[in-house]
Amino acid sequence: MKCQYSCQTSEHVLARRDFLGMMTGGFVVGGLGALATPAASAVLQKEQKRVLVVYMSGGLSQLESWDPKPKTDTGGPFRAIPTATPGTHISELLPKTALHMDKLALIRSINTKNGDHGVGNYQMNYGRNKMPGTEYPHLGAVCAKALERSDNPLPGHIRIPGGSRGSDAAYLGPKYASVGMNGKPPANSARASNLTADNDELRNRFRRKVNDRFALRRRTAETDVYTQSYEQARQLMERRDVFDVSKEPAKEHEKYGTHDFGKHALMARRLLEHGIPFVQISHSNYDTHNENFNFHLEQLGEFDLSFSALIGDLHERGLLKSTLVVVMSEFGRTPRINARYGRDHWGTAWSVCLGGAEVQPGAVIGKTNANGTKVTDREVAHGDLFHTYLSALGMDSSDSFDIGGRAQPMADPAHSPIHELII
Amino acid sequence: MSLDAKQTHVVHQWKHGRPIIACCFDPKGRYLFTSSEDYSLQRWKLDDGSKVAWEAHESWVRDIIVLPDGESFVTAGCDDHIMYWPVELGEKPQPKHSVKAHEGWVRCLDVKADGSLIASGGNDNLVKLWDPNGKLVRELKGHESHVYSVFFHPKEDLLLSGDLGGKVIQWEIKTGKLVRTLEAKDLHTYNGGQRVHYGGIRDMALSVDGKVLACVGLHKATNPLGAVNEPLIVQFNWEDGKELRKQPGEGVKGIGWQVEFLSDGAEICASGGSGGAWLIFFKPTEAKPFHKLKLPDTIRDMSLHPDGLQVATAHHDGHVRISRMEAKSAEKKK
Repeated sequence: MKCQYSCQTSEHVLARRDFLGMMTGGFVVGGLGALATPAASAVLQKEQKRVLVVYMSGGLSQLESWDPKPKTDTGGPFRAIPTATPGTHISELLPKTALHMDKLALIRSINTKNGDHGVGNYQMNYGRNKMPGTEYPHLGAVCAKALERSDNPLPGHIRIPGGSRGSDAAYLGPKYASVGMNGKPPANSARASNLTADNDELRNRFRRKVNDRFALRRRTAETDVYTQSYEQARQLMERRDVFDVSKEPAKEHEKYGTHDFGKHALMARRLLEHGIPFVQISHSNYDTHNENFNFHLEQLGEFDLSFSALIGDLHERGLLKSTLVVVMSEFGRTPRINARYGRDHWGTAWSVCLGGAEVQPGAVIGKTNANGTKVTDREVAHGDLFHTYLSALGMDSSDSFDIGGRAQPMADPAHSPIHELII
Repeated sequence: MSLDAKQTHVVHQWKHGRPIIACCFDPKGRYLFTSSEDYSLQRWKLDDGSKVAWEAHESWVRDIIVLPDGESFVTAGCDDHIMYWPVELGEKPQPKHSVKAHEGWVRCLDVKADGSLIASGGNDNLVKLWDPNGKLVRELKGHESHVYSVFFHPKEDLLLSGDLGGKVIQWEIKTGKLVRTLEAKDLHTYNGGQRVHYGGIRDMALSVDGKVLACVGLHKATNPLGAVNEPLIVQFNWEDGKELRKQPGEGVKGIGWQVEFLSDGAEICASGGSGGAWLIFFKPTEAKPFHKLKLPDTIRDMSLHPDGLQVATAHHDGHVRISRMEAKSAEKKK
């Protein structure tokens, strides 16, 4: 899938994964590890924590969103507006989100020391710097693994939009790799029209019978995995409507916006309500080297409508207490406004918005200077953010996964959570 | 008349220091008004280049128009307001009127030839008509995207407004009736990969004989977020509204910010963007430019002097430049 960023770097071209087919690739293959602290895992699963990541693809401008600097040399044309949290102002491009800032928090002091899309994407999603020859699991895979429920056959790591299976789970195994969705039920998940329900059941019974017979003498881990894959796929087919956003009433579509991001946000709500542990939706595109202000006006108009509706619904339905929400990008944008009214890549002083779960509502962590060119208080890195997300879900982010007897730290041991942000 | 586009050359380069956004000559030829990214307005005295600068709006000023009597000027802010100012500023410049004009940026202004009406266009997709005292006269609904330009017909009771989507609406001023719609589709791009709308009618001008309407903007926007695009003029036959021809910038990368018809019938287009700053000259019946002049840095706006021989250009490098469209020898004789 080619991501159309404006600077056309090679990192933007994601390799097309070998798509094994969602119904056969197995939501259960691999992933033999477990949390090193099983009791903690049990608590998490009981509480059914979830994560929603909104990925602002291309690099959202912190100055046009969470850390405005109006009437400075870097401020640009947009003003700052008050929010539901007294004393906290955000850009006027987010008027509806501003009304929910008493449920959300801001981290305004991120320094990832990077201005490259590919590097930034990895940093923010994996919580580490990419090292040659070493693979770590995506935040979604970590959460899918840690928050997994045995009674839920749905995949635990969903990426919207997308149409294929990711290879982003590293040592956790492909069971926890992302599954791409586009607001519709998974491809090939409907029973063939010429196959009756009775015949389908007979067919499955026959498959089980043959499998059982085969397993009596030749059972291996691989055959178990294949058998489980089929069983999970069959259960998923029964719940395919979970992925069908068209089942939502028209007024819900109107509330979220009829554009793609609105549909994706509504689908995210639907998936979270059905207990899927990790959902990531992306909004494109913020790589505004040209006409930054016009394009942020256009993009954030969409985002503000859908995101505020989603936060409002999660709050009203009591889900925000158990759902961590993170709005992130690969980096921010330069305080300097270029000759084409654009802003370029900037990882030196930028912001993330988060909330829900055990994040302290209304908190503002860190500070930048008057015109946003550097962090002046409580600098944090991507590794700290990764720890913070896990902590906000009630995990001990210093814990490890037990992978075949070997402890694999969930988050970069060189970093730690922003403790003051966690309730 | 010594107008000679091929002899165009810069005669003044005045530094403000912070990037300039908009510029407009006083119709009496005494002053040039500009706005800057430092949220200030500037008045430049054309005789000696002396400058008065002051803070005005709560945000950037996207457009400036000086009324035909040369006594007042109006500024369009990204703070939703228009402000009316006296040309003679006094010690502490104060607006005569400040009006919340639109929900969102006020992007563009024009003034009727007799000075009786001012038109504004904004991010609320509306066009509004104002009297010289800041009183709303009429609100015109019909656009479905941000209004990027407004243009009063110099002789008839008509107003044109152009939007991001490449649509031009012709309005009857007296009644507010929508008379007709022209579609300059080449001046709008939706990039599905980047999921952005881009382009728009950045400016309009009518030929001296009133037969040709020129709309300027950009095309070939293969990478809107990365400023990969080229300037383009789309001409319409005024009589029947049919497209006459396209006039591309021929190798120039950038946005066509402004277009004007010169007294000899030629068109001048100010282009700025990734390809730098260009003044591009076209014969009105030809698709290819007959002259291009590269200027320093990049251009964001242009204004034609009432003498028809000079143009001012607003530049990102903090300078305003004034160019004469005649031979250097002719200028010296004067």
